[in-house]
Amino acid sequence: MQPFTTLTGIAAPLPRANVDTDQIIPARFLKTIARTGLGKHLFAGLRYHANGAERADFVLNQPPYREAVILIAHENFGCGSSREHAPWALLDFGIRAVIAPDFADIFYNNCFKNGILPIRLPRAVCDALIADAATAATAHLTIDLAREVVRRPDGAEIPFAVEPHRRHCLLHGLDDIGQTLALEAAITAHEARLAAAPYLPAISL
Amino acid sequence: MTKPRTVFDKIWDAHVVETLPDGTCLLYIDRHLVHEVTSPQAFEGLRAAGRRVRRPDLTLAVPDHNVPTERHAEGSTAILEPESRLQVQTLEHNVVAFGVPFIPIDDARQGIVHVIGPELGASLPGMTIVCGDSHTSTHGALGALAFGIGTSEVEHVLATQTLLQRPARNMKIEVTGTLAQGVTAKDLALAIIGRIGTAGGTGHVIEYTGAAVRALDMAGRMTLCNMSIEAGARAGLVAPDDTTFAYVKGRPLAPKGEAFDRAVAYWRSLGPDPGAEYDRTVTLDGSAIAPMLSWGTSPEAVIPITGTIPDPEAEPDPARAAQIARMLAYMGLEPGQALEGVPVDVVFIGSCTNSRIEDIRAAAEIARGRRVADGVRALVVPGSGLVKRQAEAEGLDRIFIAAGFEWREAGCSMCLGMNPDKLTPGQRCASTSNRNFEGRQGPGGRTHLLSPAMAAAAAITGTLTDSRRFA
Ligand code: SF4
Repeated sequence: MQPFTTLTGIAAPLPRANVDTDQIIPARFLKTIARTGLGKHLFAGLRYHANGAERADFVLNQPPYREAVILIAHENFGCGSSREHAPWALLDFGIRAVIAPDFADIFYNNCFKNGILPIRLPRAVCDALIADAATAATAHLTIDLAREVVRRPDGAEIPFAVEPHRRHCLLHGLDDIGQTLALEAAITAHEARLAAAPYLPAISL
Repeated sequence: MTKPRTVFDKIWDAHVVETLPDGTCLLYIDRHLVHEVTSPQAFEGLRAAGRRVRRPDLTLAVPDHNVPTERHAEGSTAILEPESRLQVQTLEHNVVAFGVPFIPIDDARQGIVHVIGPELGASLPGMTIVCGDSHTSTHGALGALAFGIGTSEVEHVLATQTLLQRPARNMKIEVTGTLAQGVTAKDLALAIIGRIGTAGGTGHVIEYTGAAVRALDMAGRMTLCNMSIEAGARAGLVAPDDTTFAYVKGRPLAPKGEAFDRAVAYWRSLGPDPGAEYDRTVTLDGSAIAPMLSWGTSPEAVIPITGTIPDPEAEPDPARAAQIARMLAYMGLEPGQALEGVPVDVVFIGSCTNSRIEDIRAAAEIARGRRVADGVRALVVPGSGLVKRQAEAEGLDRIFIAAGFEWREAGCSMCLGMNPDKLTPGQRCASTSNRNFEGRQGPGGRTHLLSPAMAAAAAITGTLTDSRRFA
């Protein structure tokens, strides 16, 4: 996983609530067995006409937002399915951070596993950042994860908070599995306690 | 004295392997259900790192999302769409390579992962159950902690049989009274989401309780817990009780004999302690709920069949007004309109929300001796091969076929646009599934979420209809 330290770039405004995972990546694109290549299908229903032509009215089809690395949206971003294809599609497009008042739990989790930083900020702050982003001249943001601040184009800093373990993993690009396997003795001990539990039969078909 | 605990607290505490300094817990996973869509990249990750599946004996794999609802006897080779076939065959290959128990398409036990887990007794009370699918919340009906995870977490569970999780908050939804005649668990689920909203449960595990919940059979509890995710919750559950134990007893993978009795004694201890505290409590009067259906493209956009669609102009919050207007434009509906009488093109009875034998019976009750309206395509898709077999033993298939319904084989079918069953742009569908997002059932498709009885009634009249007219 690519570490996330600081990020500077174009922020795209997406002032919608309940951006669901079927909007982020429709089900028909989930048939891949790879993690990459989904960027072209990101927001497919909003981004393209039925004939495949781009919709001029969708933000990611407009300059400078074609180069966006940050998305700013309204409440409950990422609701719906557990599909990790949603963060994969964002990442493949180039999005490394999403700012919203709140996120659906599974999507929020999935972001951290892929080097994407989801930032929770109050709705009024999101709206202010959306207003900045709506004008190309002020669409640049900087995110500093170590210091937990978003820097607006005028230099003002907005603090945010991320759970310490998640922040640590993101800053260093750490793979959870490797860390968990370091706790193998504790897992084995738990399994030994369970061995006789009548409520945990093995699967045998 | 220890603090009184909720069901969630008890299951959580019993599964914590280790607590990290910031409060993140390493949680042991008792059951890992795997399907073809969210697992290929996880197995690939294991392979790349030279890792094995730690506990194949606690893991069960089945294909469902891509599976066509016909020609199951021919297995995965019958899948015509090359990408779908590759995804299913990748799973077939991975389960062999990693030694994971697997139910193939041509096995009578194949079906939607959330239907077969409880049905086979693979999902049991008190367990932690995960699957790379958000509707894993369904299994909470057994009194288990069951939640959906992403593919990276699927890989983590395969490799370690654990997950890194932060404890959820506790939410209690108490439904008092008795559901009226013709009102089902689906109506209750939709009424709850309409009340608390699609983010109402974010960060919480919901415990459903109250007389109306206790009175539900296991199929109804599964329908209710299934849609917890539509309310934003991490999971939903019902404390295990005699209804639960009667359901579990005798299931193929459930404990038997003396082991079953010991398990029941343990499961009984999982009920909430008197005085257990919830971070949030919501109470609903079950007797006041009417058959519900959705009018928009979010599961919170619901009204009773007796109601009318909201008017964006009456909405004070401009963002919310714009959202209502956008939903109405997509759905081809007008503010203030009643839904009863709106013509439908397709009726879909199926999905992990409503494809158990009880759901099929409820639909058959209305279909019996009647005809599907001209020009309507109506599908009945049992949730598993075993549900299908049971329905056929009861003669329900013949009722549907005589009425002009299509009687299909098990799978996710028209719940999502991944297999041949989908809507075409502009088609309006009365659907027993769980999501009405734009394009969910196929690009441009318009979904109305409702109960099996309401769906069957819509098939007969060709329009959205109050199913109580057929009572
Ligand atoms: S039936 Fe629908 S919601 Fe359930 S697992 Fe299949 S696709 Fe997901």
